[in-house]
Amino acid sequence: MSEVLHEVTLTVNGVRRTASVPARRLLSDFLRHDLTLTGTHVGCEHGVCGACTVLVGGEPMRSCLMFAVSAQGLEVTTVEGLGLLPDARVCATGQSMNPVQQAFTECHGLQCGFCTPGLLTTVTAYLDDHPDPTSDEARAAISGNLCRCTGYQNIVKSVLRAAEIRAERRVPDAAEPGERHPKPAAAGGGPS
Amino acid sequence: MKPAPFVHHAPRTVEEAVAVLAEVGHDGKVLAGGQSLIPILNMRLASPGHLVDVNHVSGLGDITITPEAVRVGALVRHSGLERSEAAHAALPLLRQAVVNVAHPAIRNRGTTVGSIVHADAAGEMPAVLALCDGTVEVVGANGIREIGWHDFFLGALETVLRPDELAVAARFNRMPPGTGTAFAESARRSGDYALAGVAVALTVTDGVVSAAWASFVSVTDVPSVLDLTPVVGGHEARSGSFDNALDRAAEAVREHVAPETDIHASADYRRMLVAELTRRALPLAALHATSPANDSFEVERRGAPTRSLTNPSFDHHRVV
Amino acid sequence: MSTRLFGTPIKRKEDPRLVTGGGRYLDDLGHDALAAAFVRSPHAHARVVDIDADDAFELDGVLGIYAHDDLPGKVGEPLPLLIPHPALTHGRTGYALAREEVNHVGEPLVMVVATDRYVAEDACQRIRVRYEPLPVVVGIESARDGAAVVHPDVPGNVAAHLTQVVGDVDAALATAPHTLTLELDIERSASTPLEGRGVYAQWDDERDELRMYSSTQTSTGVRAAVAAKLDLPLAKVECIAPDVGGGFGVKIMHPWPEEVLVPWAARLLRQPVKWVEDRREHFVSAAHERGQLHTVTVGFDDDGHLLALDVKFWHDNGAYTPYGIIVPIITATQLLGPYKPGAYRVEFWSLYTNTVLVTPYRGAGRPQGCFAMERTMDAIADRLGLDRAQVRARNFILPSEMPYDHGLLFQDGRPLKYDSGDFPATLNKLKALVGWDDFATERAAAVAQGRKVGLGIGCYVEGTGVGPYEGSHVQVETSGRVNVSIGLTSQGQGHETVFAQIVADELGVRMEDVFVTTGDTRKMGYAVGTFASRAAVMSGSAVALAARRVRAKALRIAADALEVSPDDLEIVEGTVQVKGAPATSMTLGTVSVLSNPLRYAFDEATQAATQFAGTFDPQKPPVAEGEEPGLEGKDFYSPTQATFANGMHAAIVETDPVTAEIRILRYCVVHDCGPMINPMIVEGQVHGGVAQGVGGALYERMVYDDSGQLLNASFMDFLMPYASEVPTIETDHLETPSPLNPLGIKGAGEAGCIPVSAVIASAIEDAEGFPITRMPISPADLWALRRRYAAGEIRPLRRASHPSESAARAEEPTP
Repeated sequence: MSEVLHEVTLTVNGVRRTASVPARRLLSDFLRHDLTLTGTHVGCEHGVCGACTVLVGGEPMRSCLMFAVSAQGLEVTTVEGLGLLPDARVCATGQSMNPVQQAFTECHGLQCGFCTPGLLTTVTAYLDDHPDPTSDEARAAISGNLCRCTGYQNIVKSVLRAAEIRAERRVPDAAEPGERHPKPAAAGGGPS
Repeated sequence: MKPAPFVHHAPRTVEEAVAVLAEVGHDGKVLAGGQSLIPILNMRLASPGHLVDVNHVSGLGDITITPEAVRVGALVRHSGLERSEAAHAALPLLRQAVVNVAHPAIRNRGTTVGSIVHADAAGEMPAVLALCDGTVEVVGANGIREIGWHDFFLGALETVLRPDELAVAARFNRMPPGTGTAFAESARRSGDYALAGVAVALTVTDGVVSAAWASFVSVTDVPSVLDLTPVVGGHEARSGSFDNALDRAAEAVREHVAPETDIHASADYRRMLVAELTRRALPLAALHATSPANDSFEVERRGAPTRSLTNPSFDHHRVV
Repeated sequence: MSTRLFGTPIKRKEDPRLVTGGGRYLDDLGHDALAAAFVRSPHAHARVVDIDADDAFELDGVLGIYAHDDLPGKVGEPLPLLIPHPALTHGRTGYALAREEVNHVGEPLVMVVATDRYVAEDACQRIRVRYEPLPVVVGIESARDGAAVVHPDVPGNVAAHLTQVVGDVDAALATAPHTLTLELDIERSASTPLEGRGVYAQWDDERDELRMYSSTQTSTGVRAAVAAKLDLPLAKVECIAPDVGGGFGVKIMHPWPEEVLVPWAARLLRQPVKWVEDRREHFVSAAHERGQLHTVTVGFDDDGHLLALDVKFWHDNGAYTPYGIIVPIITATQLLGPYKPGAYRVEFWSLYTNTVLVTPYRGAGRPQGCFAMERTMDAIADRLGLDRAQVRARNFILPSEMPYDHGLLFQDGRPLKYDSGDFPATLNKLKALVGWDDFATERAAAVAQGRKVGLGIGCYVEGTGVGPYEGSHVQVETSGRVNVSIGLTSQGQGHETVFAQIVADELGVRMEDVFVTTGDTRKMGYAVGTFASRAAVMSGSAVALAARRVRAKALRIAADALEVSPDDLEIVEGTVQVKGAPATSMTLGTVSVLSNPLRYAFDEATQAATQFAGTFDPQKPPVAEGEEPGLEGKDFYSPTQATFANGMHAAIVETDPVTAEIRILRYCVVHDCGPMINPMIVEGQVHGGVAQGVGGALYERMVYDDSGQLLNASFMDFLMPYASEVPTIETDHLETPSPLNPLGIKGAGEAGCIPVSAVIASAIEDAEGFPITRMPISPADLWALRRRYAAGEIRPLRRASHPSESAARAEEPTP
């Protein structure tokens, strides 16, 4: 008795991807093992650590708390896709990095790097809505992601630095904050 | 930590969803945001044979404001409610409370109606529904029924919803004129389930408190509303006598709640904590009642490090 | 010489890869591998009566189900006792799969191999095991009591009993003007890396070879243990640690049952097999640490000088002792911190309980020891009405007394002899950083506002860089690329960067030309592992020595080719040149070409090294006497003893007068690990350590019930701090070099977490006015203590310390 497979198609990092998976396949496993996008990490599978955070329709969500079948037709951005965003630039070692990725490398915002992809996606979306956070706001913004290595201090620093780089890279007439990533219309108005 | 197999149903309409629910009966479970359900499935603490995934059902994603109430559809995510300026203007308590639900990434997926139906004693939104004298709109095989909050909750994680029924909306009644609200909770870490929490509403008529009531998080097994009018009513808002009455309000809360001991805190501690949170939240509600300008969306973050010893407030609580 | 890289906060080479999704952690490998999952005991102590797997075999996709009976030969024998010790008279280890008896919840009983993890878990659910429950031992009190035993052949649950004595403690105590006895407890916590354990094994049937990957802190250790278990020649086993998502100690333990079973299954099934630990498994089947009860009796004079220190403690080692008694030995020795104890006697009992086994977690016994010692220091100050910092200073070992031999044996079996350190200077820096002398004023202001604040302090010494050895291989390719291999592994400490810095300096090459490989037994077969803050000291020294060999060789070859003396040459940015005449030069790549006489050229550059190129003296052999082909070198560093880093922390804490919630207002660290290779990385290590310390002080505990169930085996209930719970950490550094190694460096990895529980307890005690003797402490705990204090069940502090403090306190309402 093998399980019924569902053909799941979603847009990941701008590319339409399809795979046939059982209904119970978690989105995290779908991304990692069916699409071999292993940049998204799995740290707890109960939604607390935030390592698996990806952007769904531009908003951070825990990919371990979604089924791939429920993501049918949605747009997902993983850490592999951050370097494809308009404000990404190619760095000296050849990788394309968005301001958040760049800032994490400048500020020693990671050690083992396991929680990092979830933080990068979270902070990328956060800065879209809050382009100029204070240090306390930056700390609050990362307080849904567990990191066991850094003590968070350099991550806070990275968020602030990312905001600077983001501002530097903004060309006139570029998208307004909140428009970088497609986002479902929030009922009743914009973010607070 | 992988879920057991299940049959996935993706109805497009409420009718289809209800039909599937009726068919699968007790072996079925509704999947909306899934932020409470999927951890349970991943740990195999539950393994329903059928999941009725309502994420593609049309007509459940709206927030509707009427003169009487804020109606929140079953697919409105916590973050949608949080961001809704119209909902905030109509009933500030909603935003005051919903920002306390877990972390933003969870709020982006989890639904407000889902957390009410989940009926966790530690959930914020059931307590808010109670404080607003709210209603759950339910569609079942036998049609529509509206269930008042008082009748909805049976026990921790238990409601009167039948297996064939889908909660399609929650209706939060707006507050009487002159009413201010506040929400306060204390958790071990930011975003954790609260050790204790309280939602308060306070009505001021001609400068005098005419009504006050509170509902609670994590210290009662089902939502319950405590009428505090007998202890704080009749006092001029934000006067010395009002401040004195706060002690009696705290005492009333202490007597009202029935917390339990768990690994994070004793029942006694929670009792003390919720009484103190009420004492701290009531003046804020009074402030909101008397000067709506202070109704703005300000969250005091807990645990924010500060290097200043002269900071007079101990802001370990989120008081909104 | 170009700008020295040693000492600069250079950006990490690892990061561009890791921030773009290019990391390769264990579960990022082997997408085609079969998946293993385990049936684990739900009982803390039981006899296994029967295992029925019939239903599970019927599932599609199940390839194998194995219990202990199925394990052949050494695979079915007990796992090794890694670090034997004469005092460990009753060492016990478990089996890869439990045989007849289970001794903790989470112990593996059955392994399922299936097409994917989902199916493997389905199969586990269908396997029925019948147990006959046995009496359960949980907690140190119950273990010490001995009414029930974990192992029937271990009376009183005592795995080990060890006493070390220096001087006549009884006599010194008898004559001491003052004595105090304190009971001090620390609860269990755990390393809890964000990535759990994991093993991936590929069996090459054509070559009879095993390649395995493990998320480990020691690939050489795993390799040796697995080869022995599977009866394979060492040459037929290779083990690679890929990117590892944090370790903090738990991954130095090996071989884990899964590290034996997964390769065994891969060979048996002739297919790749992978096991990736999930979070719940990690809580109940990896390792914990920290749980200890201490009784300290101290004798001191009127000035607070220690005269005698008599310490007894009881260590909870969990169900088995595969890692020996390293943790309690470290507590016993490192408890002394920067102080001269007078006469010292330390005695410990390592006790079995029906709980997850205990192996080192960052700090490894030091946080407990530091807590015992520092609480004692505060108690002495309180008894005498002296300033707490002053009492500490009076007992410091002074720089003039270095090296200082405590007369004890350290965890490496070698004398506990401090090599260097300037403790008075460290304390002075800390006092300045936190504003120690101004705190009374700050407190008075806070008290006037109805607030409760307190200042706490903690000092420690950490033996780092223990042996036996580490090695390094450095090789320059003809392209000029420099390959560096070290045997120990990296779990985020930036080894690819810091060792490249050392090589770049020593060899005179550019940072971007240096590539470091860690933890791959194919590249470096001799290594010990990453633990005990030893990587920088051990591998750093080995890397420097190996690079110096390569440099010397390069100069010899270039001197020959350029017809100058090696002494006249220097290497700048990868080019060997004559000092003062840089036009006479050749690149290291060219030197590499010349170092390897060729018969066959493979590109234009290497034609210069072929036999008809006319570049060689026909009177000499192509490879000179005593030389080897290739511009490469290997060397090892093996010190006679550990090198001792130190540090001191202070914190200002506020407690809510009503709810007893605890908040750290300031956290200050002064740290001395000798010269820093990369200060940015050292700071990062300190930050991370302090955060773990804060977790251990205020949030994290392993809550077992009396039946041995771990009640908080999830991230929802095991409260690892988020950013919102960790304070901003203010740091300052001293750099007192070690005389022991070529770079003068000391380890830094563990330091940050060591004194935090002591510091926070000290600060809360200062805020509250009654002793804090058990950590961690939650708001509910503190609130309960306040009630006991109000009821007169806890004595107040004497706190005559600062006259201004006393004055301020007079206005403070009693709790």
